[in-house]
Amino acid sequence: MPGITREEVAHLGRLARLELSGEELDHFAGQLDDIIGAVARVSEVAGEDVPPTSHPLPLTNVMRQDTVRPSLTAQQALSGAPAQEQQRFKVPQILGEEA
Amino acid sequence: MTDIIRLTAAETAARIASGELTAVEVAEAHLARIEAVDEKVHAYLHVDREGALAQARAVDAKRAAGEPLGPLAGVPLALKDIFTTEGVPTTVGSKILEGWIPPYDATVTKRLKDADVVILGKTNMDEFAMGSSTENSAYGPTGNPWDLTRVPGGSGGGSAAALASYQAPLAIGTDTGGSIRQPAAVTGTVGVKPTYGGVSRYGMVAFSSSLDQGGPCARTVLDAALLHEVIAGHDPMDSTSIDAPVPPVVEAARSGDVAGLRVGVVKELGGEGYQAGVVERFNESVELLRGLGAEVVELSCPSFTYALAAYYLIAPSECSSNLARFDAMRYGLRVGDDGSHSAEEVTALTREAGFGPEVKRRIILGTYALSSGYYDAYYGSAQKVRTLIARDFERAFEQVDVVVSPTTPTTAFPIGERVDDPLAMYLADLCTIPVNLAGNAAMSLPCGLAPEDGLPVGLQIIAPALKDDRLYRVGAAVEAAFVAKWGHPLLEEAPQL
Repeated sequence: MPGITREEVAHLGRLARLELSGEELDHFAGQLDDIIGAVARVSEVAGEDVPPTSHPLPLTNVMRQDTVRPSLTAQQALSGAPAQEQQRFKVPQILGEEA
Repeated sequence: MTDIIRLTAAETAARIASGELTAVEVAEAHLARIEAVDEKVHAYLHVDREGALAQARAVDAKRAAGEPLGPLAGVPLALKDIFTTEGVPTTVGSKILEGWIPPYDATVTKRLKDADVVILGKTNMDEFAMGSSTENSAYGPTGNPWDLTRVPGGSGGGSAAALASYQAPLAIGTDTGGSIRQPAAVTGTVGVKPTYGGVSRYGMVAFSSSLDQGGPCARTVLDAALLHEVIAGHDPMDSTSIDAPVPPVVEAARSGDVAGLRVGVVKELGGEGYQAGVVERFNESVELLRGLGAEVVELSCPSFTYALAAYYLIAPSECSSNLARFDAMRYGLRVGDDGSHSAEEVTALTREAGFGPEVKRRIILGTYALSSGYYDAYYGSAQKVRTLIARDFERAFEQVDVVVSPTTPTTAFPIGERVDDPLAMYLADLCTIPVNLAGNAAMSLPCGLAPEDGLPVGLQIIAPALKDDRLYRVGAAVEAAFVAKWGHPLLEEAPQL
C-alpha cells in the first residue's frame, strides 16, 4: 500500500481545515507514514464475505415524537459565540467582496 | 477522628444518611485535600468550590427536612472534563474550548445532580480523550500518585489520579479504547466501561461515536456499582442509548460469588511484549479465581491481533468527522477574525491554533482513511475486522461467562517517554480496544504490584453486552480475596503525598 508524503499531508490538512506549519508537515509526514504502515494490515485479514460493522448496536432510525419541547433560548445558544449581532452568530466574510 | 477522605463512597453515604457526618463536612474535607495535594498531582482542571458546597448544603437540608436521600447522597465526585456542566467550564483538555461555559448539563451530569452527588470539579484528560497518558492535555500533564514522575494513564488520567490521591471517592470517565480501564490499572483503582449504549452520551463531547462510552471510576467495586446504577439507563436524548433495564450491578457487587463460573483466558491477550511483573500478577489472579471455585478455560481469539490496527483507523475516521464541528463560528476559540480572512481561513487558523499535535495527527489520519481510493482498503477493512472481533467474542462467550486478561501490557511509564512516539503510546491500549470494537462491557481492578517497579497492575474482566453485572460479581470476589490476602486495600501501599 502507498505511503504518505509531505505533500499529501498538506493536502489532507487543507481538506480538514488545518493551517499546518512547514515544521508540522515534516514531523507529521514521517509519523503518519509509520502509523499507516502499522495499520494497513487490516486489509490482510477480512475477505469479501465478511460484512462490515459500523456500530455495536443494531439500531436504525431512532425517532422521537414530533412535538414541541423546551430547548435552549437564543441567549443561551449564543452564550459561547465568539461574535454575535441581532441574536445571530456573526461570522467572518464568506463571499467575495464584489458579490 | 475518622479520616473522611479515606472512606469509601458507600461508607460516606451511610454516615451522611445516619447523621454521623454532614455532606458539607465531607465536601470541605475533600476541598481541603485538593488544596493540599493537587498542586503536585494536577488531577483537576477546575475546582467548583461554591457549586460543591451549595450542593452539599442542599443534601444536608434535605436530610434535615426528612426527605428521602439517594444511595450516594452527599458523596463527592470528580467529573471528567468531557461532560458538559451548565455554568461550569468544560474544556475537554483543549485550547479550542478554553473558557467555554456550556449552557446545559450532560445527561450524566444531570443524573449525578439529581442523585444528590456532590461534583467537586472537572478532571484533566488527554485532549478530546485522545491519548493514553494525559500528556496530550493542553493544560499540562497529571502525575501518577504512586510516582509523580510517571503517567496516570489516559485519557482519563485526572479522574484516576483524583481517586488514587484521595481527592474524591468517586469519578466519571469515558472509554473509547481504554480511557477508563487503563488509567484505573496504572493507578490501582477500579474503572468500568459499561456495555455500549448503557450510559448516555448526551452532553459528552464526541470523539469516536461508535466507541465512546462513559462509565464509573472508584476505589472499590461496590462504589463503582453504586455509581454505575446512578448514571446508567435509557436516555431519549441519545439515539444510541439502550432501551433496556440497567443490569443488577449493585446486587452483583454485593454477592461476589464465582463458584462454578467459567472464566476464559485469551491467548492473544498476553504473552510476548508484556512486562514480567504484569504477567506474574495476572497468573496469580487466575489461580485465585480457580481457588474461589471458578473453572478456567483457555481460548483463542485470533482476530484480536488486528484490533489495534482497526481501532487506529476507525477512531481517527470518526474523530475527523466529529471534530469538524469546531469551526470557530458558534462557540469556542476564534483566531484571525481581523477583517482580512474569510470564514474558511478563520476556521483553518483557529483549528491550527486550538488543536494539539495528537488531535491533528488523528484528524489527518482519519481524513486519509476516509479518502476516495483509500476508503475500502482502510476504513472498510477495519469495519470488517470489527465484525471478526465481535464474532471471536461471541464464540468465546459460548464457552465462558467472562474473559480475563491483564488490563495493560506494562505498568505506568515515565512522563515524556512515549509522548512523541504515537505507535508506542497506542500499545498501552492493546488489551482494552477489542472490547470497544465489539461494544461489550469490561472492568479493570487492582491485582497487586509488579515486583520489578512496585507499581499497580490491573486485571481486566470482560463480559458480554448487557451482562455488566458479571463484571461486578467477579470483581467483588477478586477484590475481597486480594484484600484478605494483602491485609488491606492496595492503595494503602501508595506513598503519602
